[in-house]
Amino acid sequence: MKVLLKLTWIEIKLLVREPITLLFSFAFPVLVLVLLGGIFGSQHMKQGAYQGVKMMDWYVPAFMGLVIASIGTISLPVHLSSYRERGVLRRFRASGVSEAALLGSQLLVSLGVALVGALTIAVLGMIAYGTSPASLPAGVALAYVVGVFCFSGIGMLLASVAPTARAAQSIGLLLWFVMLFVSGTSAPLDLLPGWMVDLGKALPLYHLVISLVDPWIGRGVNWMQLGIVAVVGLVTTLLSLRLFRWE
Amino acid sequence: MPPVISVQHLQKRYKDVVAVADASFEVAQGEIFGLLGSNGAGKTTAVECLQGLRKASGGELRVLDMDPRTQARELRRRIGSQLQESSLPDHIRVGEALDLFAAITPGGHDWREVMGQWGLGDKRKASYHALSGGQRQRLFIALALVNGPELVFLDEMTTGLDPAARRVAWDLVRRVRDMGTTVVLVTHFMEEAERLCDRIAVMDAGRIVAEGAPQKLVTDFAKYVTVVFSTDAPDVEFLARVPHVAKVMRHGSRVEVRGDGAVLAHVACSLVEHDITPPDLRVELPTLEDVFLALTGHEMEE
Repeated sequence: MKVLLKLTWIEIKLLVREPITLLFSFAFPVLVLVLLGGIFGSQHMKQGAYQGVKMMDWYVPAFMGLVIASIGTISLPVHLSSYRERGVLRRFRASGVSEAALLGSQLLVSLGVALVGALTIAVLGMIAYGTSPASLPAGVALAYVVGVFCFSGIGMLLASVAPTARAAQSIGLLLWFVMLFVSGTSAPLDLLPGWMVDLGKALPLYHLVISLVDPWIGRGVNWMQLGIVAVVGLVTTLLSLRLFRWE
Repeated sequence: MPPVISVQHLQKRYKDVVAVADASFEVAQGEIFGLLGSNGAGKTTAVECLQGLRKASGGELRVLDMDPRTQARELRRRIGSQLQESSLPDHIRVGEALDLFAAITPGGHDWREVMGQWGLGDKRKASYHALSGGQRQRLFIALALVNGPELVFLDEMTTGLDPAARRVAWDLVRRVRDMGTTVVLVTHFMEEAERLCDRIAVMDAGRIVAEGAPQKLVTDFAKYVTVVFSTDAPDVEFLARVPHVAKVMRHGSRVEVRGDGAVLAHVACSLVEHDITPPDLRVELPTLEDVFLALTGHEMEE
Protein backbone atom coordinates (compact mmCIF):
# COMPACT_ATOMS: atom_id res chain seq x y z
CA MET A 1 0.00 0.00 0.00
CA LYS A 2 2.77 2.37 0.97
CA VAL A 3 4.63 1.49 -2.23
CA LEU A 4 1.47 2.03 -4.30
CA LEU A 5 0.98 5.50 -2.86
CA LYS A 6 4.63 6.49 -3.17
CA LEU A 7 4.78 5.23 -6.73
CA THR A 8 1.56 7.09 -7.59
CA TRP A 9 2.89 10.29 -6.09
CA ILE A 10 6.15 9.93 -8.02
CA GLU A 11 4.27 9.26 -11.26
CA ILE A 12 2.19 12.40 -10.73
CA LYS A 13 5.34 14.43 -10.16
CA LEU A 14 6.90 12.93 -13.30
CA LEU A 15 3.85 14.04 -15.30
CA VAL A 16 4.05 17.54 -13.92
CA ARG A 17 7.74 17.68 -14.82
CA GLU A 18 7.03 16.59 -18.37
CA PRO A 19 3.52 17.89 -19.08
CA ILE A 20 3.90 17.59 -22.85
CA THR A 21 3.06 13.88 -22.54
CA LEU A 22 -0.49 14.87 -21.60
CA LEU A 23 -0.96 17.41 -24.36
CA PHE A 24 -2.77 14.98 -26.62
CA SER A 25 -5.14 13.75 -23.93
CA PHE A 26 -6.19 17.29 -23.06
CA ALA A 27 -5.72 19.30 -26.19
CA PHE A 28 -7.52 17.02 -28.58
CA PRO A 29 -10.89 16.84 -26.76
CA VAL A 30 -10.77 20.57 -26.12
CA LEU A 31 -10.06 21.12 -29.80
CA VAL A 32 -12.94 18.88 -30.86
CA LEU A 33 -15.20 20.61 -28.36
CA VAL A 34 -14.42 23.96 -29.96
CA LEU A 35 -14.74 22.64 -33.53
CA LEU A 36 -17.96 20.71 -32.98
CA GLY A 37 -19.27 23.56 -30.85
CA GLY A 38 -18.69 25.81 -33.86
CA ILE A 39 -20.81 23.49 -36.02
CA PHE A 40 -23.53 22.34 -33.64
CA GLY A 41 -23.23 24.98 -30.91
CA SER A 42 -26.88 25.98 -30.75
CA GLN A 43 -28.56 22.94 -32.30
CA HIS A 44 -30.66 20.20 -30.75
CA MET A 45 -30.74 16.51 -31.60
CA LYS A 46 -33.32 16.10 -34.38
CA GLN A 47 -34.15 12.43 -34.08
CA GLY A 48 -33.42 9.19 -32.25
CA ALA A 49 -33.46 8.36 -28.55
CA TYR A 50 -31.95 11.71 -27.60
CA GLN A 51 -34.24 13.91 -29.73
CA GLY A 52 -34.54 17.44 -28.37
CA VAL A 53 -31.40 17.30 -26.25
CA LYS A 54 -29.06 20.27 -26.75
CA MET A 55 -26.11 19.04 -28.78
CA MET A 56 -23.56 20.60 -26.47
CA ASP A 57 -25.20 18.98 -23.45
CA TRP A 58 -24.41 15.71 -25.18
CA TYR A 59 -20.89 16.61 -26.26
CA VAL A 60 -19.57 17.88 -22.92
CA PRO A 61 -20.04 14.60 -21.02
CA ALA A 62 -19.21 12.64 -24.19
CA PHE A 63 -15.81 14.35 -24.45
CA MET A 64 -15.09 13.48 -20.85
CA GLY A 65 -15.39 9.91 -22.04
CA LEU A 66 -13.08 10.72 -24.93
CA VAL A 67 -10.42 12.03 -22.52
CA ILE A 68 -10.71 8.88 -20.42
CA ALA A 69 -10.41 6.75 -23.57
CA SER A 70 -7.34 8.59 -24.83
CA ILE A 71 -5.57 8.19 -21.49
CA GLY A 72 -6.37 4.48 -21.43
CA THR A 73 -5.76 3.53 -25.03
CA ILE A 74 -2.82 5.81 -25.80
CA SER A 75 -1.00 7.45 -22.86
CA LEU A 76 -1.00 4.55 -20.43
CA PRO A 77 0.12 1.73 -22.76
CA VAL A 78 2.82 3.89 -24.37
CA HIS A 79 4.06 4.91 -20.93
CA LEU A 80 4.21 1.36 -19.58
CA SER A 81 5.73 -0.17 -22.71
CA SER A 82 8.42 2.46 -22.88
CA TYR A 83 9.19 1.71 -19.23
CA ARG A 84 9.60 -1.89 -20.28
CA GLU A 85 11.74 -1.03 -23.29
CA ARG A 86 14.06 1.15 -21.27
CA GLY A 87 14.53 -1.37 -18.46
CA VAL A 88 12.64 0.63 -15.85
CA LEU A 89 10.26 -2.26 -15.24
CA ARG A 90 13.24 -4.59 -14.92
CA ARG A 91 14.63 -2.33 -12.21
CA PHE A 92 11.25 -2.14 -10.44
CA ARG A 93 10.74 -5.86 -10.53
CA ALA A 94 14.21 -6.73 -9.25
CA SER A 95 13.56 -4.53 -6.25
CA GLY A 96 10.26 -6.20 -5.51
CA VAL A 97 7.67 -3.74 -6.85
CA SER A 98 4.54 -5.86 -7.33
CA GLU A 99 2.30 -5.96 -10.41
CA ALA A 100 -0.52 -4.70 -8.23
CA ALA A 101 1.45 -1.65 -7.05
CA LEU A 102 2.65 -0.82 -10.55
CA LEU A 103 -0.70 -1.21 -12.28
CA GLY A 104 -2.58 0.29 -9.35
CA SER A 105 -0.46 3.44 -9.51
CA GLN A 106 -1.28 3.75 -13.21
CA LEU A 107 -4.98 3.49 -12.41
CA LEU A 108 -4.75 6.17 -9.71
CA VAL A 109 -2.75 8.50 -11.95
CA SER A 110 -5.28 8.00 -14.76
CA LEU A 111 -8.10 8.89 -12.37
CA GLY A 112 -6.35 12.15 -11.53
CA VAL A 113 -5.47 13.06 -15.10
CA ALA A 114 -8.98 12.24 -16.33
CA LEU A 115 -10.47 14.38 -13.57
CA VAL A 116 -8.44 17.40 -14.66
CA GLY A 117 -9.50 16.76 -18.26
CA ALA A 118 -13.17 16.36 -17.34
CA LEU A 119 -13.23 19.57 -15.31
CA THR A 120 -11.52 21.46 -18.13
CA ILE A 121 -14.15 20.35 -20.60
CA ALA A 122 -17.08 20.98 -18.25
CA VAL A 123 -15.90 24.50 -17.46
CA LEU A 124 -15.09 25.28 -21.07
CA GLY A 125 -18.50 24.00 -22.19
CA MET A 126 -20.29 26.12 -19.64
CA ILE A 127 -18.35 29.30 -20.43
CA ALA A 128 -18.29 28.98 -24.21
CA TYR A 129 -21.58 27.28 -24.97
CA GLY A 130 -23.68 27.75 -21.88
CA THR A 131 -24.13 24.01 -21.39
CA SER A 132 -26.15 22.98 -18.38
CA PRO A 133 -24.27 21.59 -15.38
CA ALA A 134 -24.65 17.90 -14.62
CA SER A 135 -28.12 17.15 -13.37
CA LEU A 136 -26.93 14.17 -11.31
CA PRO A 137 -23.25 14.86 -10.45
CA ALA A 138 -22.91 11.68 -8.36
CA GLY A 139 -24.09 9.61 -11.34
CA VAL A 140 -21.56 11.31 -13.61
CA ALA A 141 -18.83 10.80 -11.02
CA LEU A 142 -19.69 7.12 -10.78
CA ALA A 143 -19.56 6.73 -14.56
CA TYR A 144 -16.23 8.59 -14.61
CA VAL A 145 -14.67 6.24 -12.04
CA VAL A 146 -15.98 3.10 -13.75
CA GLY A 147 -14.87 4.53 -17.11
CA VAL A 148 -11.32 5.15 -15.92
CA PHE A 149 -11.22 1.65 -14.45
CA CYS A 150 -12.40 0.22 -17.79
CA PHE A 151 -9.93 2.11 -19.96
CA SER A 152 -6.99 1.62 -17.58
CA GLY A 153 -7.72 -2.08 -17.90
CA ILE A 154 -7.68 -1.79 -21.68
CA GLY A 155 -4.47 0.25 -21.53
CA MET A 156 -2.72 -2.22 -19.24
CA LEU A 157 -3.82 -5.08 -21.45
CA LEU A 158 -2.45 -3.26 -24.51
CA ALA A 159 0.81 -2.64 -22.66
CA SER A 160 0.97 -6.31 -21.71
CA VAL A 161 0.53 -7.68 -25.21
CA ALA A 162 2.22 -5.01 -27.35
CA PRO A 163 5.81 -6.00 -28.14
CA THR A 164 7.16 -2.42 -28.20
CA ALA A 165 6.14 1.09 -27.24
CA ARG A 166 5.69 1.96 -30.90
CA ALA A 167 3.41 -1.01 -31.41
CA ALA A 168 1.38 -0.02 -28.34
CA GLN A 169 1.06 3.48 -29.73
CA SER A 170 -0.12 2.29 -33.16
CA ILE A 171 -2.67 -0.16 -31.79
CA GLY A 172 -3.92 2.32 -29.19
CA LEU A 173 -4.25 5.20 -31.65
CA LEU A 174 -6.10 3.04 -34.14
CA LEU A 175 -8.55 1.79 -31.51
CA TRP A 176 -9.09 5.28 -30.18
CA PHE A 177 -9.60 6.75 -33.64
CA VAL A 178 -12.23 4.19 -34.61
CA MET A 179 -14.04 4.83 -31.33
CA LEU A 180 -13.84 8.58 -31.88
CA PHE A 181 -16.06 8.31 -34.97
CA VAL A 182 -18.56 5.68 -33.89
CA SER A 183 -19.22 6.54 -30.23
CA GLY A 184 -21.06 9.85 -30.54
CA THR A 185 -17.86 11.73 -29.81
CA SER A 186 -17.60 13.38 -33.20
CA ALA A 187 -20.50 13.08 -35.63
CA PRO A 188 -23.84 12.84 -33.77
CA LEU A 189 -25.00 9.24 -33.37
CA ASP A 190 -28.31 9.86 -35.12
CA LEU A 191 -26.44 10.80 -38.30
CA LEU A 192 -24.43 7.55 -38.41
CA PRO A 193 -25.43 4.68 -40.68
CA GLY A 194 -26.62 1.56 -38.86
CA TRP A 195 -23.42 -0.45 -39.28
CA MET A 196 -21.37 2.30 -37.66
CA VAL A 197 -23.70 2.41 -34.69
CA ASP A 198 -23.36 -1.36 -34.40
CA LEU A 199 -19.57 -1.02 -34.52
CA GLY A 200 -19.78 1.64 -31.82
CA LYS A 201 -21.86 -0.64 -29.62
CA ALA A 202 -19.20 -3.32 -29.96
CA LEU A 203 -16.59 -0.96 -28.50
CA PRO A 204 -16.46 0.31 -24.91
CA LEU A 205 -16.39 4.08 -25.48
CA TYR A 206 -19.99 4.14 -26.80
CA HIS A 207 -21.23 2.60 -23.55
CA LEU A 208 -19.14 4.93 -21.43
CA VAL A 209 -20.49 7.96 -23.33
CA ILE A 210 -24.09 6.91 -22.68
CA SER A 211 -23.20 6.24 -19.02
CA LEU A 212 -21.85 9.78 -18.73
CA VAL A 213 -24.52 11.55 -20.81
CA ASP A 214 -27.59 10.04 -19.12
CA PRO A 215 -26.95 11.31 -15.58
CA TRP A 216 -25.71 14.59 -17.07
CA ILE A 217 -28.93 15.40 -18.94
CA GLY A 218 -31.29 14.19 -16.23
CA ARG A 219 -32.01 10.63 -17.25
CA GLY A 220 -30.41 9.14 -14.13
CA VAL A 221 -27.81 6.41 -13.92
CA ASN A 222 -27.91 4.01 -16.86
CA TRP A 223 -27.06 0.84 -14.97
CA MET A 224 -27.17 -1.34 -18.04
CA GLN A 225 -24.53 0.68 -19.95
CA LEU A 226 -22.48 1.22 -16.80
CA GLY A 227 -22.54 -2.54 -16.21
CA ILE A 228 -21.07 -3.20 -19.65
CA VAL A 229 -18.27 -0.69 -18.99
CA ALA A 230 -17.56 -2.27 -15.61
CA VAL A 231 -17.42 -5.79 -17.04
CA VAL A 232 -14.99 -4.72 -19.80
CA GLY A 233 -12.84 -3.12 -17.10
CA LEU A 234 -12.90 -6.19 -14.92
CA VAL A 235 -12.06 -8.60 -17.73
CA THR A 236 -9.23 -6.48 -19.16
CA THR A 237 -7.73 -5.79 -15.72
CA LEU A 238 -7.72 -9.46 -14.77
CA LEU A 239 -6.28 -10.39 -18.16
CA SER A 240 -3.56 -7.76 -17.91
CA LEU A 241 -2.56 -8.97 -14.43
CA ARG A 242 -2.15 -12.44 -15.94
CA LEU A 243 -0.42 -11.41 -19.16
CA PHE A 244 1.75 -8.63 -17.78
CA ARG A 245 5.41 -8.84 -18.80
CA TRP A 246 8.22 -7.02 -17.00
CA GLU A 247 10.73 -7.53 -19.82
CA MET B 1 25.56 -22.88 8.76
CA PRO B 2 23.99 -23.75 5.40
CA PRO B 3 25.35 -21.92 2.36
CA VAL B 4 23.60 -18.71 1.34
CA ILE B 5 23.59 -19.89 -2.25
CA SER B 6 23.83 -23.43 -3.46
CA VAL B 7 23.75 -24.14 -7.18
CA GLN B 8 24.00 -27.55 -8.73
CA HIS B 9 24.14 -28.06 -12.48
CA LEU B 10 22.39 -24.84 -13.31
CA GLN B 11 21.39 -24.75 -16.94
CA LYS B 12 19.72 -22.04 -18.97
CA ARG B 13 18.76 -22.60 -22.60
CA TYR B 14 16.98 -20.32 -25.01
CA LYS B 15 15.54 -21.88 -28.13
CA ASP B 16 18.83 -22.80 -29.76
CA VAL B 17 21.30 -20.98 -27.54
CA VAL B 18 22.78 -22.38 -24.37
CA ALA B 19 23.58 -19.43 -22.11
CA VAL B 20 24.58 -21.51 -19.09
CA ALA B 21 25.60 -25.10 -19.81
CA ASP B 22 26.52 -26.37 -16.37
CA ALA B 23 27.30 -24.25 -13.35
CA SER B 24 27.68 -25.49 -9.79
CA PHE B 25 28.95 -23.46 -6.86
CA GLU B 26 28.21 -22.49 -3.29
CA VAL B 27 28.45 -19.16 -1.57
CA ALA B 28 28.91 -19.02 2.19
CA GLN B 29 27.45 -16.47 4.55
CA GLY B 30 29.51 -13.29 4.77
CA GLU B 31 31.84 -13.79 1.83
CA ILE B 32 32.47 -11.78 -1.26
CA PHE B 33 32.08 -14.25 -4.06
CA GLY B 34 33.14 -13.34 -7.58
CA LEU B 35 31.85 -14.72 -10.83
CA LEU B 36 34.59 -13.92 -13.30
CA GLY B 37 34.43 -14.33 -17.05
CA SER B 38 34.40 -12.47 -20.33
CA ASN B 39 31.29 -11.03 -21.91
CA GLY B 40 28.91 -13.73 -23.01
CA ALA B 41 30.30 -16.33 -20.62
CA GLY B 42 26.88 -16.66 -18.98
CA LYS B 43 27.61 -14.89 -15.69
CA THR B 44 24.72 -12.46 -15.84
CA THR B 45 22.27 -15.13 -16.93
CA ALA B 46 23.40 -17.31 -14.04
CA VAL B 47 22.89 -14.64 -11.37
CA GLU B 48 19.59 -13.56 -12.89
CA CYS B 49 18.37 -17.13 -12.51
CA LEU B 50 19.44 -16.96 -8.87
CA GLN B 51 17.43 -13.78 -8.38
CA GLY B 52 14.34 -15.30 -9.93
CA LEU B 53 14.48 -12.82 -12.81
CA ARG B 54 14.89 -15.67 -15.29
CA LYS B 55 13.68 -19.21 -14.98
CA ALA B 56 16.49 -21.76 -14.98
CA SER B 57 15.99 -24.57 -17.51
CA GLY B 58 17.54 -27.14 -15.22
CA GLY B 59 19.49 -27.73 -12.03
CA GLU B 60 19.04 -27.33 -8.30
CA LEU B 61 19.01 -23.77 -6.96
CA ARG B 62 18.70 -22.65 -3.36
CA VAL B 63 19.11 -19.02 -2.37
CA LEU B 64 18.63 -18.08 1.30
CA ASP B 65 17.01 -21.48 1.57
CA MET B 66 14.37 -20.57 -1.02
CA ASP B 67 13.74 -21.70 -4.55
CA PRO B 68 14.10 -18.69 -6.87
CA ARG B 69 11.81 -20.34 -9.40
CA THR B 70 8.82 -20.50 -7.11
CA GLN B 71 9.58 -18.03 -4.31
CA ALA B 72 10.93 -15.14 -6.36
CA ARG B 73 8.81 -12.46 -4.75
CA GLU B 74 9.65 -13.44 -1.20
CA LEU B 75 13.30 -13.80 -2.15
CA ARG B 76 13.56 -10.37 -3.74
CA ARG B 77 12.61 -8.69 -0.50
CA ARG B 78 15.65 -10.20 1.18
CA ILE B 79 18.20 -9.67 -1.57
CA GLY B 80 19.51 -6.59 -3.31
CA SER B 81 20.36 -6.42 -6.95
CA GLN B 82 22.21 -4.02 -9.11
CA LEU B 83 21.33 -5.02 -12.64
CA GLN B 84 23.50 -4.50 -15.64
CA GLU B 85 20.82 -3.30 -18.01
CA SER B 86 18.13 -1.32 -16.32
CA SER B 87 17.14 2.26 -15.88
CA LEU B 88 14.81 4.67 -14.12
CA PRO B 89 12.33 7.23 -15.42
CA ASP B 90 14.20 10.27 -16.79
CA HIS B 91 12.70 12.77 -14.41
CA ILE B 92 12.76 10.80 -11.17
CA ARG B 93 15.06 12.34 -8.58
CA VAL B 94 17.75 10.48 -6.69
CA GLY B 95 16.03 10.99 -3.35
CA GLU B 96 12.65 9.90 -4.70
CA ALA B 97 14.03 6.69 -6.16
CA LEU B 98 15.78 5.77 -2.91
CA ASP B 99 12.73 6.66 -0.85
CA LEU B 100 10.49 4.52 -3.10
CA PHE B 101 12.78 1.50 -3.09
CA ALA B 102 13.33 1.76 0.66
CA ALA B 103 9.57 1.66 1.17
CA ILE B 104 9.30 -1.74 -0.52
CA THR B 105 11.02 -3.53 2.33
CA PRO B 106 10.05 -2.25 5.77
CA GLY B 107 12.91 -2.32 8.24
CA GLY B 108 15.61 -1.57 5.68
CA HIS B 109 18.24 1.11 6.04
CA ASP B 110 17.57 4.82 6.27
CA TRP B 111 17.81 5.78 2.60
CA ARG B 112 19.41 9.12 3.39
CA GLU B 113 22.30 7.31 5.02
CA VAL B 114 22.80 4.99 2.05
CA MET B 115 22.61 8.00 -0.27
CA GLY B 116 25.40 9.67 1.70
CA GLN B 117 27.59 6.56 1.81
CA TRP B 118 27.52 6.30 -1.96
CA GLY B 119 28.38 9.96 -2.41
CA LEU B 120 24.99 11.02 -3.70
CA GLY B 121 24.04 13.38 -0.88
CA ASP B 122 24.43 16.51 -3.00
CA LYS B 123 22.57 14.84 -5.88
CA ARG B 124 19.41 14.19 -3.90
CA LYS B 125 17.35 16.53 -6.06
CA ALA B 126 19.06 15.70 -9.34
CA SER B 127 17.00 13.98 -12.02
CA TYR B 128 18.10 10.56 -13.19
CA HIS B 129 18.70 11.75 -16.74
CA ALA B 130 21.03 14.48 -15.51
CA LEU B 131 23.34 12.03 -13.71
CA SER B 132 26.68 10.95 -15.15
CA GLY B 133 27.35 7.29 -15.88
CA GLY B 134 29.28 6.90 -12.65
CA GLN B 135 26.58 8.59 -10.59
CA ARG B 136 23.91 6.34 -12.09
CA GLN B 137 26.04 3.35 -11.29
CA ARG B 138 26.40 4.45 -7.67
CA LEU B 139 22.67 5.13 -7.49
CA PHE B 140 21.94 1.57 -8.64
CA ILE B 141 24.31 0.15 -6.05
CA ALA B 142 22.65 2.30 -3.40
CA LEU B 143 19.21 1.07 -4.57
CA ALA B 144 20.45 -2.51 -4.29
CA LEU B 145 21.48 -1.93 -0.68
CA VAL B 146 18.73 0.34 0.57
CA ASN B 147 16.50 -2.54 1.67
CA GLY B 148 19.22 -3.86 3.98
CA PRO B 149 19.56 -7.15 2.07
CA GLU B 150 21.12 -10.33 3.46
CA LEU B 151 22.59 -11.01 0.05
CA VAL B 152 23.42 -8.56 -2.70
CA PHE B 153 24.16 -9.18 -6.37
CA LEU B 154 26.41 -6.62 -8.00
CA ASP B 155 26.69 -7.08 -11.75
CA GLU B 156 29.63 -5.21 -13.27
CA MET B 157 29.25 -2.60 -10.57
CA THR B 158 32.35 -0.57 -11.37
CA THR B 159 31.66 -0.22 -15.09
CA GLY B 160 31.61 3.48 -15.83
CA LEU B 161 33.38 4.44 -12.62
CA ASP B 162 36.72 6.20 -12.80
CA PRO B 163 39.67 4.55 -11.01
CA ALA B 164 39.28 6.66 -7.86
CA ALA B 165 35.54 6.01 -7.61
CA ARG B 166 36.25 2.34 -8.23
CA ARG B 167 38.51 2.14 -5.20
CA VAL B 168 35.91 3.92 -3.09
CA ALA B 169 33.31 1.42 -4.32
CA TRP B 170 35.56 -1.50 -3.38
CA ASP B 171 35.99 -0.13 0.13
CA LEU B 172 32.26 0.31 0.46
CA VAL B 173 31.59 -3.23 -0.71
CA ARG B 174 34.02 -4.50 1.93
CA ARG B 175 32.12 -2.47 4.51
CA VAL B 176 28.82 -3.89 3.31
CA ARG B 177 30.26 -7.35 3.80
CA ASP B 178 31.66 -6.45 7.21
CA MET B 179 28.14 -5.52 8.25
CA GLY B 180 27.07 -9.06 7.47
CA THR B 181 25.77 -8.94 3.91
CA THR B 182 26.95 -11.65 1.57
CA VAL B 183 28.11 -10.24 -1.76
CA VAL B 184 28.02 -11.88 -5.18
CA LEU B 185 30.08 -9.88 -7.61
CA VAL B 186 29.84 -10.43 -11.35
CA THR B 187 32.81 -9.00 -13.13
CA HIS B 188 35.09 -9.28 -16.11
CA PHE B 189 37.58 -7.05 -14.38
CA MET B 190 40.54 -9.07 -13.09
CA GLU B 191 41.86 -6.53 -10.65
CA GLU B 192 38.46 -6.18 -9.04
CA ALA B 193 38.09 -9.92 -8.61
CA GLU B 194 41.62 -10.29 -7.28
CA ARG B 195 41.42 -7.47 -4.77
CA LEU B 196 37.88 -7.77 -3.57
CA CYS B 197 36.79 -11.38 -3.68
CA ASP B 198 37.31 -14.02 -1.02
CA ARG B 199 36.50 -16.66 -3.56
CA ILE B 200 36.09 -16.70 -7.32
CA ALA B 201 34.43 -18.97 -9.81
CA VAL B 202 35.84 -18.58 -13.30
CA MET B 203 33.16 -18.96 -15.93
CA ASP B 204 33.79 -19.64 -19.59
CA ALA B 205 31.31 -20.52 -22.33
CA GLY B 206 28.54 -21.30 -19.86
CA ARG B 207 30.60 -23.48 -17.54
CA ILE B 208 32.46 -22.97 -14.28
CA VAL B 209 36.04 -23.92 -15.11
CA ALA B 210 37.65 -23.27 -11.73
CA GLU B 211 36.75 -22.12 -8.27
CA GLY B 212 38.69 -21.01 -5.22
CA ALA B 213 40.40 -18.12 -3.45
CA PRO B 214 42.19 -15.84 -5.93
CA GLN B 215 45.62 -16.63 -4.48
CA LYS B 216 44.92 -20.35 -4.52
CA LEU B 217 43.82 -20.21 -8.13
CA VAL B 218 47.04 -18.44 -8.96
CA THR B 219 49.22 -21.05 -7.24
CA ASP B 220 47.16 -23.92 -8.65
CA PHE B 221 46.84 -22.86 -12.22
CA ALA B 222 49.62 -20.39 -12.95
CA LYS B 223 52.66 -22.33 -11.83
CA TYR B 224 55.23 -20.28 -13.67
CA VAL B 225 56.94 -17.13 -12.58
CA THR B 226 58.81 -14.99 -15.08
CA VAL B 227 62.21 -13.48 -14.47
CA VAL B 228 62.75 -10.37 -16.53
CA PHE B 229 65.87 -8.31 -17.17
CA SER B 230 67.68 -6.41 -19.89
CA THR B 231 71.15 -7.03 -21.11
CA ASP B 232 73.38 -6.26 -24.10
CA ALA B 233 75.23 -9.56 -23.74
CA PRO B 234 74.78 -11.38 -27.07
CA ASP B 235 74.48 -14.87 -25.70
CA VAL B 236 72.15 -15.88 -22.88
CA GLU B 237 71.51 -19.40 -24.15
CA PHE B 238 73.27 -20.80 -21.11
CA LEU B 239 70.18 -19.88 -19.10
CA ALA B 240 68.21 -22.66 -20.75
CA ARG B 241 70.44 -25.17 -18.91
CA VAL B 242 69.99 -23.54 -15.49
CA PRO B 243 67.91 -25.68 -13.11
CA HIS B 244 64.17 -24.83 -12.80
CA VAL B 245 64.15 -22.89 -16.08
CA ALA B 246 61.42 -23.90 -18.51
CA LYS B 247 61.79 -21.41 -21.28
CA VAL B 248 63.96 -18.46 -22.33
CA MET B 249 62.58 -15.72 -24.55
CA ARG B 250 64.46 -12.75 -25.90
CA HIS B 251 63.10 -9.58 -27.52
CA GLY B 252 66.01 -7.27 -28.32
CA SER B 253 67.70 -6.50 -25.04
CA ARG B 254 64.77 -7.72 -22.96
CA VAL B 255 65.02 -11.29 -21.72
CA GLU B 256 62.25 -13.29 -20.11
CA VAL B 257 62.96 -16.53 -18.34
CA ARG B 258 60.08 -18.72 -17.31
CA GLY B 259 60.28 -21.30 -14.60
CA ASP B 260 58.89 -22.43 -11.29
CA GLY B 261 59.20 -20.67 -7.95
CA ALA B 262 62.92 -21.29 -7.42
CA VAL B 263 63.96 -19.95 -10.77
CA LEU B 264 64.91 -16.43 -9.72
CA ALA B 265 67.67 -17.50 -7.37
CA HIS B 266 69.17 -19.89 -9.91
CA VAL B 267 69.00 -17.41 -12.77
CA ALA B 268 70.54 -14.65 -10.65
CA CYS B 269 73.36 -16.90 -9.58
CA SER B 270 74.08 -18.01 -13.13
CA LEU B 271 74.00 -14.46 -14.45
CA VAL B 272 76.59 -13.37 -11.92
CA GLU B 273 78.80 -16.31 -12.90
CA HIS B 274 78.62 -15.03 -16.48
CA ASP B 275 79.44 -11.54 -15.36
CA ILE B 276 76.03 -10.18 -16.26
CA THR B 277 74.54 -7.99 -13.53
CA PRO B 278 71.45 -6.32 -14.95
CA PRO B 279 70.19 -3.45 -12.75
CA ASP B 280 66.55 -4.24 -13.59
CA LEU B 281 66.50 -7.95 -12.72
CA ARG B 282 63.08 -8.73 -11.30
CA VAL B 283 60.50 -11.44 -11.07
CA GLU B 284 56.92 -11.14 -12.26
CA LEU B 285 54.50 -13.25 -10.29
CA PRO B 286 51.54 -14.75 -12.11
CA THR B 287 48.24 -12.97 -11.77
CA LEU B 288 44.66 -13.96 -12.14
CA GLU B 289 45.01 -12.91 -15.75
CA ASP B 290 47.49 -15.76 -16.29
CA VAL B 291 45.10 -18.13 -14.54
CA PHE B 292 42.31 -17.04 -16.81
CA LEU B 293 44.48 -17.52 -19.87
CA ALA B 294 45.59 -20.95 -18.68
CA LEU B 295 42.03 -22.03 -17.94
CA THR B 296 40.18 -20.69 -20.92
CA GLY B 297 42.83 -20.52 -23.59
CA HIS B 298 41.87 -16.95 -24.42
CA GLU B 299 42.39 -13.55 -22.93
CA MET B 300 39.65 -11.58 -21.25
CA GLU B 301 37.77 -9.48 -23.75
CA GLU B 302 37.22 -5.95 -22.66
